[in-house]
Formats: sequence, structure tokens, C-alpha cells
Amino acid sequence: MSATFQNRELVIPGDIIYEGRIRTGENTYRNQDVVIATRLGLVNYVKDTVSVIALQGSFNPMVGDLVIGEVKDIELGEWVVDIGGQIEASLSIPDAVDQPYQSSFDMTRVLDIGDTIIAKVVDLDRRKTPILSILGSGLGKVNKGFLFRISPIKIPRLIGKKGSMINMIIKETGCRVVIGQNGLVLIDGSNREKEEIVIKVIEKVNQEAHISGLTNRVQEFLKKLKEEKN
Amino acid sequence: MSKRTSKKKQWIRVDGRQYNELREVKIESGVLPNADGSAYIEMGRNKIICGVFGPREMHPKHMAKPNEAVLKCRYHMAPFSVDPRRSPAPSRRDQEITMVMRFALEPAVFLERYPRSSIDIYVEILEADGGTRCASINAASVALVDAGIPMKDLVSACAVGKIDDRLIVDLGDYEDKKGQSDLPLAYMPKLEKVTLLQMDGIMKTEEVEEAIKLAIDGCKQIYEIQREALKKKYGIDKTKMEEDTPDEDDAGDTTEVTEQ
Repeated sequence: MSATFQNRELVIPGDIIYEGRIRTGENTYRNQDVVIATRLGLVNYVKDTVSVIALQGSFNPMVGDLVIGEVKDIELGEWVVDIGGQIEASLSIPDAVDQPYQSSFDMTRVLDIGDTIIAKVVDLDRRKTPILSILGSGLGKVNKGFLFRISPIKIPRLIGKKGSMINMIIKETGCRVVIGQNGLVLIDGSNREKEEIVIKVIEKVNQEAHISGLTNRVQEFLKKLKEEKN
Repeated sequence: MSKRTSKKKQWIRVDGRQYNELREVKIESGVLPNADGSAYIEMGRNKIICGVFGPREMHPKHMAKPNEAVLKCRYHMAPFSVDPRRSPAPSRRDQEITMVMRFALEPAVFLERYPRSSIDIYVEILEADGGTRCASINAASVALVDAGIPMKDLVSACAVGKIDDRLIVDLGDYEDKKGQSDLPLAYMPKLEKVTLLQMDGIMKTEEVEEAIKLAIDGCKQIYEIQREALKKKYGIDKTKMEEDTPDEDDAGDTTEVTEQ
């Protein structure tokens, strides 16, 4: 009944992170009486649970996730959207225009192939295909701004606790920033220079997500960038 | 081949190694920016680069399995990797090693977590000097971890051979060609399970048992180097994460915030 690593220590798949009975959290599995890590990451011991905070990984869609995707194809009554997961998502007409499906409906009028959309994962069907919806405020087709891609696993660091990190970035730069859980970030500012600052900051978060004191370092970094501009 | 010094009758291998000594192994992870995970390995004079993509959509779609992911491998030797030049077309040997690599890695990966998708491993041999299949498995397992694919354990591989009726670990090209026997073995060190065992040539039963022991020792040495390679990328060991890091519950809430 003991932890075999220190809290927040780097572990590698196969490492035994706990001996004894305990609840297994993310990125772990139980093998008889021991708990083993399945991903490279930082081990996290909380009360009665042991988990690993992954440092690498792909996007795994969950219900409620806000995602940014590209329309790849139009099929009968639904759009096929690439959201960067291992399976392409689908968006059906009732989830896009709030009206039932009619065969005479011209789907390209709403969304065409190549369009970028902000959508919400409302469901996963029994084959785990994400079902999207663009009904709601802030959702729908993207008309301006540009996209920036970071590792999906670092999105929580970019948002920060209760949005502290992203709110700080928005406040300092005045750009509109939409973060998709799939690793795509939409940046839309009043001029190019402001957008450049946001990109540099996001890159810094992406690289240094696992090192402590991130918010403070980013704040200083933002100040420095602003001074350089003036 | 062997050399005997007259006084001590000490037996040394052609490149001056002891019978159980590995070649110098260097591994680096995350070398390819466009791959999801990658690794570069130098094992003696072998130089191998490996990229992992996925889990991603399976193409062609009808090949996808409804219950688990498909691990696709590609082992390829560059035309300039050996002397004389080699045809870049995939040979029978390439196909065999591709399959063998897949079998060696499959038990370590949680394929059932990604139904209907594929995980692609591309291994390119830049310079070959014997034992490329083992080196490829070593690189591929580091690259898989680097891609963030959930795994039960790392896979380490090492070969043992017989030359002059003596067992030797980690054969070079010369020993591979002139030797009597060759036994590559892949091993999951923490789970203590063998995932690949092949053999060429002739060995006695006792020799096979001894060879497996030697190979497992070799795998354990390589495992430590793989570990270091993965840790080195982050340059940290005990650095604590930020105190206000979102907990796992917070991680899911995305906020769309717009400037007023």
C-alpha cells in the first residue's frame, strides 16, 4: 500500500506507480495488485486516486467538447467534419439549421466543403462517432481569423484554471480567441501585430506546459513582447 | 571472428567487444516535427529513423477492425544503407521484418482503445550494420510512447548469436553473416514477457536457454537507454507542475471568451 514515485514525477509506460489497492485514474491500468502507467507523463497522487497527466497524446472527443473542424464531405442529410480525432465527426441537418430533413434542402447553402466551423460535441453514437451541433451562441461557420494548431493535450494548460490563462491573453492583446478541445485555436484580432503576439504566447505555452509557474512566466513574456512593439 | 592472445587465451570479438557487451546505443525521441511521435537510434553503425502517426482514420476503410485499432508497420532500407546499393522496392525480407515488428509491438499497445482506426509506424534504415530488426523495434517503441499512444510497457529487443561455438550478444554485420546461429528476441522488461523470438542456424537446447538469458540481459540494458531518451526530451525529472494547473475535472471545460 504505497506510492512508488514522488508526486509529479515523470513516469514512462510500464512503470509501477502504486502498490496496493487504490482507484485508478486516467492513463493507468491495474495488473493484479499494482497500478501501472500507460503513457509518458507526470504521476498525480490525489487522496484515493492515482493518475498520470499525459504529456503527449491525441484528441479523444467527449460529449460537451467545443471543437473547431473542417467540412470534408457532404453526404445524404449530414456533413462529414474533420475534427482531428481518429474518427471523422458527423453533423446532421437538424443539428445545423433547426429544421427537419427534407430532400429538397440545399445543404451547400448552409455549409460547403472546405468551410471551417466551430461546433460542440453533443453525443457519441454507439460506434463512437462524434455527433456535432452548431446550434448555439458562438457556434457555426467561421468567416474570419486564422487557425493555429497545438497539441490537444496542452489545451487545459492554455485555458488555465477557470480560464485564467486565456482570459489574461485576451485582456492583454484584445484579440478574440476561441479554443477548440481538438488542439485548434482560432485567433481573430484587429491587426496582424496583435495576432502575432498571441501566436508567440501560445507557442510558449505549448512548449513549457509541464514546467511550473507557467501563468507568471507567460505574463512576463507578454509584457516583454508589448514593450518590444512600442 | 575471434582472436586468441597467446598468453591468457582470452577470446575477443572482431570489434573488440566482450561476449556480452552491447554496441554503443544512442536514442533520441521527438526528432520529426511532422510526425505524432518519432525516434532516432544509433546502435553501433546502424542508423535508423522511425515515425509514428495516429491513431488516425484507417485507409482503406474496409480494412479497419470494428473492435480495435490496426497497427501498420513499414520497414524500409534506404538504397544507400548498404554496400552495394540496394533496390528501394520492398523485398521479401522487408515484408518479413515488417510483420515481425508488428507482432513484437502489438502485445504492448492498448489497441482496443481505438476501434476503427490505425496506428502507422514507418521505419527507415539509413545505415545498416546487422541487427536492424532489433534496433527498429527499439526505436519504434520509443516513438510510440512519444506519440502518446497508451502502452502496457516499452519493448526492447536484442539479438544473441553463436560464432566459434560461443554465444555473443548484439551481433554486428560480420558476426551475423559468418556466425553459426542468430536469435533475435524482443522483451517487455517490466512485465517480463517475451514478444518476439526468432532463430536462424543451429543451437543446442542448453545454448538456446543460455542465449535467451543473455538476450534478456541485453534488453534490460537497452531499456534503461530508452528510458533516458524519453526523459531527456523533457529535461526534467522532479520539476513540479504549476500549482494552479487545472485538475482533471477542470480540463474538460472549454471557455469561449470574446473581448467586449
